[in-house]
Amino acid sequence: MIEVVPSEGGVVPAAVEVGLVVNGEARRLVVEPRVTLLDALRERLGLTGAKKGCDHGECGACTVLVDDRRIYSCTTLAVMQEGRRVTTVEGLGTPESPHPVQAAFVEHDGMQCGMCTPGQVVSAVALIAEGHAGSEDEIREWMSGNLCRCAAYPGIVAAVRAAAGGAS
Amino acid sequence: MRPFGYVRAESPEAAAALVAGDLSAAFVGGGTEILNWLKDGLADPALLVDVGRLGLDAVEVSDGGLRLGSGARMSDVARDRHVRAEFPVLARALEAGASPQLRNMATLGGNLLQRTRCAYFREPSFPCNKRVPGTGCPARDGDHAMHAILGASDACVAVHPSDLAVALLALDARVEVLGVHGRREVAIEDFYPHAGDDPRRETALRHGELVVGIGVPSGPRARTSGYLKVRERGSFAFALVSVAAAVEVVEGVVRSARIALGGVAHRPWRVRAAEDALLGRPLADGSVADAAEAAVRDADPLPGNRYKVAIARGAVRRVLEEIGERG
Repeated sequence: MIEVVPSEGGVVPAAVEVGLVVNGEARRLVVEPRVTLLDALRERLGLTGAKKGCDHGECGACTVLVDDRRIYSCTTLAVMQEGRRVTTVEGLGTPESPHPVQAAFVEHDGMQCGMCTPGQVVSAVALIAEGHAGSEDEIREWMSGNLCRCAAYPGIVAAVRAAAGGAS
Repeated sequence: MRPFGYVRAESPEAAAALVAGDLSAAFVGGGTEILNWLKDGLADPALLVDVGRLGLDAVEVSDGGLRLGSGARMSDVARDRHVRAEFPVLARALEAGASPQLRNMATLGGNLLQRTRCAYFREPSFPCNKRVPGTGCPARDGDHAMHAILGASDACVAVHPSDLAVALLALDARVEVLGVHGRREVAIEDFYPHAGDDPRRETALRHGELVVGIGVPSGPRARTSGYLKVRERGSFAFALVSVAAAVEVVEGVVRSARIALGGVAHRPWRVRAAEDALLGRPLADGSVADAAEAAVRDADPLPGNRYKVAIARGAVRRVLEEIGERG
Protein backbone atom coordinates (compact mmCIF):
# COMPACT_ATOMS: atom_id res chain seq x y z
CA MET A 1 0.00 0.00 0.00
CA ILE A 2 1.21 3.45 -0.84
CA GLU A 3 0.85 5.77 2.07
CA VAL A 4 1.89 9.35 2.04
CA VAL A 5 0.43 11.37 4.84
CA PRO A 6 1.40 14.97 5.31
CA SER A 7 3.60 15.50 8.30
CA GLU A 8 2.36 17.66 11.14
CA GLY A 9 2.14 21.35 10.44
CA GLY A 10 0.98 20.89 6.87
CA VAL A 11 4.43 20.39 5.43
CA VAL A 12 4.46 19.44 1.77
CA PRO A 13 3.94 15.67 1.51
CA ALA A 14 6.89 13.70 0.31
CA ALA A 15 7.05 12.50 -3.24
CA VAL A 16 6.04 8.93 -3.94
CA GLU A 17 7.53 6.34 -6.23
CA VAL A 18 5.17 5.25 -8.98
CA GLY A 19 5.65 2.30 -11.31
CA LEU A 20 4.04 2.43 -14.75
CA VAL A 21 4.46 0.40 -17.92
CA VAL A 22 4.65 3.11 -20.55
CA ASN A 23 4.52 2.05 -24.18
CA GLY A 24 5.68 -1.41 -23.17
CA GLU A 25 8.55 -0.27 -21.00
CA ALA A 26 8.59 -0.47 -17.20
CA ARG A 27 9.23 3.01 -15.80
CA ARG A 28 9.64 4.19 -12.24
CA LEU A 29 9.32 7.80 -11.33
CA VAL A 30 9.17 9.85 -8.18
CA VAL A 31 6.36 12.39 -8.13
CA GLU A 32 4.31 14.36 -5.65
CA PRO A 33 0.79 12.94 -5.25
CA ARG A 34 -0.64 16.04 -6.95
CA VAL A 35 1.12 15.34 -10.27
CA THR A 36 -1.35 14.32 -12.96
CA LEU A 37 -0.63 11.41 -15.26
CA LEU A 38 -0.39 13.95 -18.11
CA ASP A 39 2.26 16.02 -16.35
CA ALA A 40 4.18 12.88 -15.39
CA LEU A 41 4.24 11.73 -19.02
CA ARG A 42 5.18 15.12 -20.44
CA GLU A 43 7.45 16.63 -17.80
CA ARG A 44 9.06 13.56 -16.22
CA LEU A 45 9.17 11.03 -19.05
CA GLY A 46 9.55 13.45 -21.94
CA LEU A 47 6.55 12.04 -23.81
CA THR A 48 5.04 15.24 -25.18
CA GLY A 49 2.64 13.61 -27.63
CA ALA A 50 -0.30 13.87 -25.22
CA LYS A 51 -1.15 17.57 -25.12
CA LYS A 52 -2.38 19.82 -22.33
CA GLY A 53 -5.33 21.56 -23.94
CA CYS A 54 -7.95 22.45 -21.32
CA ASP A 55 -6.47 20.47 -18.39
CA HIS A 56 -10.06 19.91 -17.23
CA GLY A 57 -11.24 16.81 -19.05
CA GLU A 58 -13.13 18.79 -21.66
CA CYS A 59 -11.07 18.69 -24.86
CA GLY A 60 -9.45 15.26 -25.29
CA ALA A 61 -5.98 16.43 -26.36
CA CYS A 62 -4.44 14.44 -23.45
CA THR A 63 -6.10 11.13 -24.34
CA VAL A 64 -4.02 8.02 -23.60
CA LEU A 65 -4.83 4.35 -23.13
CA VAL A 66 -4.60 2.84 -19.65
CA ASP A 67 -4.89 -0.95 -19.72
CA ASP A 68 -6.22 -0.47 -23.28
CA ARG A 69 -9.06 1.88 -22.24
CA ARG A 70 -8.99 5.48 -23.43
CA ILE A 71 -8.94 8.07 -20.68
CA TYR A 72 -8.01 11.71 -20.15
CA SER A 73 -4.55 11.78 -18.59
CA CYS A 74 -5.18 15.31 -17.23
CA THR A 75 -7.94 14.25 -14.83
CA THR A 76 -6.17 11.41 -13.04
CA LEU A 77 -3.17 11.43 -10.76
CA ALA A 78 -0.06 9.49 -11.78
CA VAL A 79 -0.08 7.81 -8.37
CA MET A 80 -3.62 6.52 -9.01
CA GLN A 81 -2.34 4.59 -12.05
CA GLU A 82 0.34 2.65 -10.15
CA GLY A 83 1.12 -0.63 -11.93
CA ARG A 84 -1.00 0.09 -15.00
CA ARG A 85 -0.07 -0.09 -18.70
CA VAL A 86 -0.11 3.32 -20.36
CA THR A 87 -0.04 3.78 -24.12
CA THR A 88 0.59 7.21 -25.59
CA VAL A 89 0.66 8.24 -29.23
CA GLU A 90 4.42 7.61 -29.17
CA GLY A 91 3.66 3.94 -28.50
CA LEU A 92 1.41 3.52 -31.53
CA GLY A 93 3.74 4.09 -34.47
CA THR A 94 6.77 5.91 -35.78
CA PRO A 95 7.23 8.32 -38.70
CA GLU A 96 8.78 5.45 -40.64
CA SER A 97 6.15 2.94 -39.61
CA PRO A 98 2.94 4.72 -38.67
CA HIS A 99 -0.01 2.97 -37.04
CA PRO A 100 -2.83 2.37 -39.58
CA VAL A 101 -4.91 5.04 -37.84
CA GLN A 102 -2.06 7.52 -38.15
CA ALA A 103 -1.66 6.66 -41.83
CA ALA A 104 -5.39 7.17 -42.34
CA PHE A 105 -5.27 10.61 -40.67
CA VAL A 106 -2.53 11.61 -43.15
CA GLU A 107 -4.36 10.10 -46.10
CA HIS A 108 -7.69 11.74 -45.26
CA ASP A 109 -6.34 15.08 -44.05
CA GLY A 110 -7.69 14.53 -40.52
CA MET A 111 -5.98 17.60 -39.06
CA GLN A 112 -5.08 21.22 -39.52
CA CYS A 113 -2.89 22.66 -36.77
CA GLY A 114 -2.18 19.24 -35.24
CA MET A 115 -2.61 20.17 -31.57
CA CYS A 116 -5.52 17.79 -30.99
CA THR A 117 -4.22 15.10 -33.33
CA PRO A 118 -2.35 12.82 -30.88
CA GLY A 119 -5.49 12.67 -28.72
CA GLN A 120 -7.70 12.11 -31.76
CA VAL A 121 -5.49 9.27 -32.97
CA VAL A 122 -5.31 7.50 -29.59
CA SER A 123 -9.06 7.93 -29.13
CA ALA A 124 -9.73 6.56 -32.62
CA VAL A 125 -7.59 3.48 -31.97
CA ALA A 126 -9.70 2.74 -28.89
CA LEU A 127 -12.98 3.53 -30.65
CA ILE A 128 -12.21 1.02 -33.39
CA ALA A 129 -11.26 -1.64 -30.83
CA GLU A 130 -14.53 -0.95 -28.97
CA GLY A 131 -16.51 -1.57 -32.15
CA HIS A 132 -17.95 1.92 -32.39
CA ALA A 133 -16.99 2.69 -36.00
CA GLY A 134 -20.10 1.28 -37.65
CA SER A 135 -21.30 4.49 -39.30
CA GLU A 136 -20.38 8.15 -39.59
CA ASP A 137 -22.97 9.04 -36.97
CA GLU A 138 -21.60 6.44 -34.59
CA ILE A 139 -18.03 7.66 -35.14
CA ARG A 140 -19.07 11.27 -34.48
CA GLU A 141 -20.82 10.28 -31.24
CA TRP A 142 -17.94 8.13 -29.98
CA MET A 143 -15.28 10.68 -31.00
CA SER A 144 -17.19 13.42 -29.16
CA GLY A 145 -14.65 13.46 -26.35
CA ASN A 146 -12.03 14.92 -28.70
CA LEU A 147 -12.53 18.49 -29.81
CA CYS A 148 -10.80 20.01 -32.85
CA ARG A 149 -10.90 23.80 -32.84
CA CYS A 150 -9.77 23.86 -36.48
CA ALA A 151 -12.93 21.80 -37.12
CA ALA A 152 -11.18 19.16 -39.20
CA TYR A 153 -14.03 16.84 -38.31
CA PRO A 154 -14.92 15.66 -41.85
CA GLY A 155 -11.35 14.49 -42.38
CA ILE A 156 -11.18 12.91 -38.93
CA VAL A 157 -14.40 10.97 -39.48
CA ALA A 158 -13.20 9.84 -42.92
CA ALA A 159 -9.88 8.72 -41.44
CA VAL A 160 -11.53 6.72 -38.65
CA ARG A 161 -13.90 5.12 -41.13
CA ALA A 162 -11.09 4.16 -43.45
CA ALA A 163 -8.90 2.83 -40.64
CA ALA A 164 -11.78 0.79 -39.22
CA GLY A 165 -12.60 -0.66 -42.63
CA GLY A 166 -9.00 -1.53 -43.28
CA ALA A 167 -8.63 -3.16 -39.91
CA SER A 168 -11.71 -5.37 -40.13
CA MET B 1 -3.03 22.34 -7.32
CA ARG B 2 -1.98 22.72 -3.71
CA PRO B 3 0.02 19.80 -2.26
CA PHE B 4 -1.84 16.97 -0.55
CA GLY B 5 -1.16 13.54 0.83
CA TYR B 6 -2.41 10.36 -0.76
CA VAL B 7 -3.33 6.98 0.62
CA ARG B 8 -4.78 3.95 -1.08
CA ALA B 9 -7.30 2.50 1.33
CA GLU B 10 -7.32 -1.26 1.92
CA SER B 11 -11.03 -1.63 2.52
CA PRO B 12 -14.17 0.51 2.32
CA GLU B 13 -14.31 0.49 6.13
CA ALA B 14 -10.72 1.71 6.38
CA ALA B 15 -11.41 4.42 3.80
CA ALA B 16 -14.46 5.66 5.70
CA ALA B 17 -12.53 5.67 8.98
CA LEU B 18 -9.64 7.62 7.44
CA VAL B 19 -11.86 10.35 6.04
CA ALA B 20 -14.20 10.44 9.04
CA GLY B 21 -11.24 11.02 11.31
CA ASP B 22 -9.83 13.91 9.32
CA LEU B 23 -11.97 16.90 8.36
CA SER B 24 -9.45 17.86 5.69
CA ALA B 25 -9.55 14.45 3.97
CA ALA B 26 -11.58 13.51 0.90
CA PHE B 27 -12.30 10.38 -1.14
CA VAL B 28 -11.10 10.02 -4.72
CA GLY B 29 -12.63 7.40 -7.02
CA GLY B 30 -12.23 8.04 -10.73
CA GLY B 31 -10.82 11.51 -10.08
CA THR B 32 -12.55 13.23 -12.99
CA GLU B 33 -14.52 15.61 -10.80
CA ILE B 34 -12.35 16.16 -7.72
CA LEU B 35 -9.26 16.94 -9.81
CA ASN B 36 -11.13 19.88 -11.30
CA TRP B 37 -12.12 21.03 -7.80
CA LEU B 38 -8.47 20.88 -6.78
CA LYS B 39 -7.29 22.78 -9.86
CA ASP B 40 -10.03 25.41 -9.57
CA GLY B 41 -9.67 25.98 -5.84
CA LEU B 42 -13.09 24.53 -4.95
CA ALA B 43 -11.57 21.99 -2.56
CA ASP B 44 -8.36 21.97 -0.60
CA PRO B 45 -7.97 18.57 1.05
CA ALA B 46 -4.80 17.73 2.96
CA LEU B 47 -5.31 14.03 2.21
CA LEU B 48 -6.90 12.11 -0.66
CA VAL B 49 -8.09 8.60 0.16
CA ASP B 50 -8.21 6.51 -3.01
CA VAL B 51 -11.24 4.20 -3.12
CA GLY B 52 -10.73 3.24 -6.76
CA ARG B 53 -9.33 -0.23 -6.18
CA LEU B 54 -11.56 -1.58 -3.43
CA GLY B 55 -13.55 -4.02 -5.54
CA LEU B 56 -16.62 -1.81 -5.30
CA ASP B 57 -17.22 -2.15 -9.04
CA ALA B 58 -19.53 -5.17 -9.28
CA VAL B 59 -22.78 -5.14 -11.27
CA GLU B 60 -24.98 -7.77 -9.62
CA VAL B 61 -28.34 -9.00 -10.84
CA SER B 62 -30.96 -10.56 -8.57
CA ASP B 63 -34.68 -11.28 -8.81
CA GLY B 64 -35.34 -8.00 -7.07
CA GLY B 65 -33.26 -5.90 -9.39
CA LEU B 66 -29.75 -4.57 -9.74
CA ARG B 67 -27.06 -3.81 -7.25
CA LEU B 68 -24.43 -1.50 -8.72
CA GLY B 69 -21.12 -1.04 -6.96
CA SER B 70 -20.32 2.62 -6.45
CA GLY B 71 -16.90 2.10 -8.01
CA ALA B 72 -18.30 0.70 -11.26
CA ARG B 73 -17.29 2.86 -14.20
CA MET B 74 -20.05 4.54 -16.19
CA SER B 75 -18.96 2.86 -19.42
CA ASP B 76 -19.00 -0.65 -17.94
CA VAL B 77 -22.50 -0.26 -16.53
CA ALA B 78 -23.82 1.33 -19.73
CA ARG B 79 -22.43 -1.58 -21.76
CA ASP B 80 -23.90 -4.30 -19.54
CA ARG B 81 -26.41 -6.37 -21.55
CA HIS B 82 -28.80 -6.86 -18.67
CA VAL B 83 -28.80 -3.16 -17.84
CA ARG B 84 -29.45 -2.27 -21.49
CA ALA B 85 -32.35 -4.70 -21.84
CA GLU B 86 -34.05 -4.35 -18.46
CA PHE B 87 -33.19 -0.79 -17.40
CA PRO B 88 -33.01 1.22 -20.65
CA VAL B 89 -33.34 4.57 -18.85
CA LEU B 90 -30.20 3.78 -16.90
CA ALA B 91 -28.07 2.73 -19.89
CA ARG B 92 -29.25 5.71 -21.94
CA ALA B 93 -28.64 8.24 -19.19
CA LEU B 94 -25.14 6.89 -18.64
CA GLU B 95 -24.29 7.01 -22.34
CA ALA B 96 -25.74 10.52 -22.65
CA GLY B 97 -23.31 11.72 -19.98
CA ALA B 98 -19.79 13.05 -20.42
CA SER B 99 -17.57 11.54 -23.14
CA PRO B 100 -16.23 8.02 -23.82
CA GLN B 101 -12.96 8.81 -22.04
CA LEU B 102 -14.67 10.24 -18.96
CA ARG B 103 -17.13 7.33 -18.84
CA ASN B 104 -14.14 4.96 -18.76
CA MET B 105 -12.84 6.78 -15.66
CA ALA B 106 -15.79 8.15 -13.75
CA THR B 107 -17.48 6.01 -11.10
CA LEU B 108 -21.20 5.86 -10.37
CA GLY B 109 -20.62 7.08 -6.84
CA GLY B 110 -18.62 10.05 -8.04
CA ASN B 111 -21.23 10.82 -10.66
CA LEU B 112 -23.86 11.26 -7.94
CA LEU B 113 -21.55 13.61 -6.04
CA GLN B 114 -20.77 16.00 -8.90
CA ARG B 115 -21.20 19.65 -8.08
CA THR B 116 -22.96 22.18 -10.23
CA ARG B 117 -21.31 23.48 -13.40
CA CYS B 118 -22.60 27.00 -12.72
CA ALA B 119 -19.72 29.08 -14.10
CA TYR B 120 -19.92 31.52 -11.20
CA PHE B 121 -19.57 28.67 -8.71
CA ARG B 122 -16.63 27.17 -10.60
CA GLU B 123 -14.71 30.45 -10.83
CA PRO B 124 -13.65 31.57 -7.33
CA SER B 125 -13.12 35.19 -8.38
CA PHE B 126 -16.93 35.59 -8.45
CA PRO B 127 -19.12 35.83 -5.39
CA CYS B 128 -21.26 32.74 -4.89
CA ASN B 129 -23.55 31.78 -2.03
CA LYS B 130 -22.79 28.11 -2.62
CA ARG B 131 -19.05 28.68 -2.20
CA VAL B 132 -19.06 31.50 0.33
CA PRO B 133 -22.44 31.99 2.04
CA GLY B 134 -23.76 35.52 2.02
CA THR B 135 -21.70 36.79 -0.89
CA GLY B 136 -24.59 36.77 -3.34
CA CYS B 137 -25.61 35.07 -6.56
CA PRO B 138 -24.31 36.70 -9.76
CA ALA B 139 -26.22 34.19 -11.89
CA ARG B 140 -29.62 35.57 -10.90
CA ASP B 141 -28.89 38.88 -12.63
CA GLY B 142 -26.16 37.58 -14.89
CA ASP B 143 -25.82 34.71 -17.33
CA HIS B 144 -28.34 32.12 -16.21
CA ALA B 145 -29.25 30.47 -19.50
CA MET B 146 -28.23 27.09 -18.05
CA HIS B 147 -29.84 27.62 -14.65
CA ALA B 148 -32.89 26.46 -12.74
CA ILE B 149 -36.52 26.93 -13.72
CA LEU B 150 -37.89 24.84 -10.84
CA GLY B 151 -37.35 24.84 -7.10
CA ALA B 152 -34.62 27.48 -6.94
CA SER B 153 -34.00 29.44 -3.77
CA ASP B 154 -33.26 33.14 -3.40
CA ALA B 155 -29.69 32.18 -2.60
CA CYS B 156 -28.90 29.88 -5.52
CA VAL B 157 -30.27 29.13 -8.99
CA ALA B 158 -27.72 26.47 -9.97
CA VAL B 159 -28.71 23.10 -11.43
CA HIS B 160 -27.48 19.61 -10.64
CA PRO B 161 -25.40 18.17 -13.50
CA SER B 162 -25.91 14.40 -13.20
CA ASP B 163 -27.85 12.41 -15.80
CA LEU B 164 -27.50 9.21 -13.77
CA ALA B 165 -29.27 10.72 -10.76
CA VAL B 166 -32.29 11.63 -12.91
CA ALA B 167 -32.55 8.07 -14.22
CA LEU B 168 -32.19 6.65 -10.70
CA LEU B 169 -35.01 8.90 -9.48
CA ALA B 170 -37.29 7.43 -12.15
CA LEU B 171 -36.29 3.94 -10.94
CA ASP B 172 -36.85 4.46 -7.19
CA ALA B 173 -33.20 3.62 -6.56
CA ARG B 174 -31.57 3.54 -3.15
CA VAL B 175 -28.06 4.72 -2.30
CA GLU B 176 -26.02 2.50 0.04
CA VAL B 177 -23.78 4.48 2.33
CA LEU B 178 -20.99 3.27 4.61
CA GLY B 179 -19.81 5.26 7.60
CA VAL B 180 -17.84 4.57 10.73
CA HIS B 181 -21.09 3.70 12.51
CA GLY B 182 -22.17 1.20 9.86
CA ARG B 183 -24.25 1.08 6.72
CA ARG B 184 -27.44 2.88 5.86
CA GLU B 185 -29.62 3.21 2.80
CA VAL B 186 -30.99 6.48 1.50
CA ALA B 187 -33.74 6.68 -1.10
CA ILE B 188 -32.43 8.65 -4.08
CA GLU B 189 -35.30 11.07 -3.53
CA ASP B 190 -33.90 11.87 -0.07
CA PHE B 191 -30.24 11.83 -1.15
CA TYR B 192 -30.46 15.36 -2.56
CA PRO B 193 -31.93 17.92 -0.13
CA HIS B 194 -34.54 20.41 -1.18
CA ALA B 195 -33.46 24.02 -1.41
CA GLY B 196 -32.89 25.48 2.00
CA ASP B 197 -31.10 28.42 3.47
CA ASP B 198 -27.66 26.93 2.86
CA PRO B 199 -26.93 26.06 -0.76
CA ARG B 200 -23.68 24.41 0.32
CA ARG B 201 -25.67 21.43 1.51
CA GLU B 202 -25.96 19.23 -1.57
CA THR B 203 -26.37 15.62 -0.39
CA ALA B 204 -27.51 13.63 2.63
CA LEU B 205 -23.93 12.41 3.22
CA ARG B 206 -22.08 13.24 6.39
CA HIS B 207 -18.34 13.83 6.28
CA GLY B 208 -16.58 10.47 6.02
CA GLU B 209 -19.56 8.59 4.63
CA LEU B 210 -18.75 6.66 1.48
CA VAL B 211 -21.27 5.71 -1.19
CA VAL B 212 -20.65 1.98 -1.66
CA GLY B 213 -23.52 0.93 -3.89
CA ILE B 214 -26.79 1.70 -5.60
CA GLY B 215 -29.80 -0.58 -5.41
CA VAL B 216 -32.19 -0.45 -8.35
CA PRO B 217 -35.44 -2.42 -8.06
CA SER B 218 -36.73 -4.14 -11.19
CA GLY B 219 -40.30 -3.16 -10.44
CA PRO B 220 -43.06 -3.04 -13.03
CA ARG B 221 -41.73 -0.01 -14.91
CA ALA B 222 -37.96 -0.40 -15.35
CA ARG B 223 -38.18 -2.14 -18.69
CA THR B 224 -40.56 0.42 -20.18
CA SER B 225 -38.38 3.39 -19.41
CA GLY B 226 -36.59 5.98 -21.47
CA TYR B 227 -34.28 8.98 -21.30
CA LEU B 228 -33.96 12.07 -23.46
CA LYS B 229 -31.29 14.70 -23.04
CA VAL B 230 -31.43 18.04 -24.85
CA ARG B 231 -28.03 19.71 -25.25
CA GLU B 232 -26.49 22.75 -26.89
CA ARG B 233 -24.41 20.47 -29.10
CA GLY B 234 -24.92 16.93 -30.33
CA SER B 235 -22.91 15.24 -27.62
CA PHE B 236 -20.55 15.79 -24.65
CA ALA B 237 -22.48 18.62 -23.03
CA PHE B 238 -24.51 19.05 -19.87
CA ALA B 239 -28.26 18.95 -20.18
CA LEU B 240 -30.29 22.03 -20.93
CA VAL B 241 -33.16 19.75 -20.00
CA SER B 242 -33.32 15.99 -19.64
CA VAL B 243 -36.22 13.67 -18.92
CA ALA B 244 -36.25 10.19 -17.41
CA ALA B 245 -39.55 8.34 -17.51
CA ALA B 246 -40.74 4.87 -16.56
CA VAL B 247 -44.31 3.84 -17.26
CA GLU B 248 -46.32 0.73 -16.37
CA VAL B 249 -49.15 0.02 -18.79
CA VAL B 250 -51.64 -2.71 -17.88
CA GLU B 251 -54.54 -3.62 -20.17
CA GLY B 252 -54.06 -0.52 -22.21
CA VAL B 253 -53.97 2.04 -19.43
CA VAL B 254 -51.20 3.51 -17.32
CA ARG B 255 -51.15 1.94 -13.88
CA SER B 256 -48.06 3.72 -12.55
CA ALA B 257 -45.42 6.15 -13.75
CA ARG B 258 -42.29 8.00 -12.71
CA ILE B 259 -41.18 11.16 -14.51
CA ALA B 260 -38.07 13.08 -13.48
CA LEU B 261 -36.40 16.12 -15.02
CA GLY B 262 -32.71 16.99 -15.15
CA GLY B 263 -30.98 20.29 -15.88
CA VAL B 264 -33.87 22.29 -14.43
CA ALA B 265 -33.30 22.33 -10.67
CA HIS B 266 -30.68 22.03 -7.94
CA ARG B 267 -31.58 18.34 -7.65
CA PRO B 268 -33.08 15.76 -9.98
CA TRP B 269 -36.69 16.89 -10.10
CA ARG B 270 -39.60 14.48 -9.89
CA VAL B 271 -42.84 15.80 -11.37
CA ARG B 272 -45.70 13.96 -9.65
CA ALA B 273 -48.33 16.10 -11.37
CA ALA B 274 -47.10 14.79 -14.72
CA GLU B 275 -47.20 11.20 -13.45
CA ASP B 276 -50.75 11.69 -12.15
CA ALA B 277 -51.86 13.06 -15.53
CA LEU B 278 -51.16 9.64 -17.06
CA LEU B 279 -52.79 7.40 -14.46
CA GLY B 280 -55.77 5.33 -15.61
CA ARG B 281 -55.49 6.60 -19.17
CA PRO B 282 -53.98 5.12 -22.35
CA LEU B 283 -50.45 6.34 -23.05
CA ALA B 284 -51.65 8.37 -26.03
CA ASP B 285 -51.81 11.91 -27.39
CA GLY B 286 -54.23 13.33 -24.82
CA SER B 287 -52.61 11.98 -21.67
CA VAL B 288 -49.08 12.65 -22.95
CA ALA B 289 -49.92 16.29 -23.73
CA ASP B 290 -51.46 16.71 -20.28
CA ALA B 291 -48.42 15.18 -18.62
CA ALA B 292 -46.07 17.45 -20.57
CA GLU B 293 -48.08 20.49 -19.54
CA ALA B 294 -48.22 19.38 -15.92
CA ALA B 295 -44.44 18.85 -15.83
CA VAL B 296 -43.81 22.58 -16.27
CA ARG B 297 -46.85 23.97 -14.46
CA ASP B 298 -44.72 25.11 -11.49
CA ALA B 299 -41.87 26.46 -13.62
CA ASP B 300 -40.61 29.86 -12.51
CA PRO B 301 -37.93 30.74 -15.06
CA LEU B 302 -35.55 33.66 -15.04
CA PRO B 303 -35.52 36.08 -17.99
CA GLY B 304 -32.64 34.25 -19.67
CA ASN B 305 -33.88 30.69 -19.38
CA ARG B 306 -37.57 30.86 -20.30
CA TYR B 307 -36.67 28.76 -23.33
CA LYS B 308 -36.21 25.78 -21.02
CA VAL B 309 -39.93 25.61 -20.26
CA ALA B 310 -40.86 24.82 -23.84
CA ILE B 311 -37.96 22.39 -24.15
CA ALA B 312 -38.99 20.56 -20.97
CA ARG B 313 -42.58 20.31 -22.17
CA GLY B 314 -41.49 18.92 -25.53
CA ALA B 315 -38.94 16.55 -24.03
CA VAL B 316 -41.50 15.00 -21.68
CA ARG B 317 -43.85 14.49 -24.61
CA ARG B 318 -41.18 12.90 -26.77
CA VAL B 319 -39.94 10.48 -24.10
CA LEU B 320 -43.48 9.32 -23.36
CA GLU B 321 -44.26 8.93 -27.06
CA GLU B 322 -41.11 6.88 -27.54
CA ILE B 323 -42.00 4.60 -24.62
CA GLY B 324 -45.50 4.23 -26.05
CA GLU B 325 -44.17 3.28 -29.48
CA ARG B 326 -41.94 0.60 -27.96
CA GLY B 327 -44.99 -0.76 -26.15
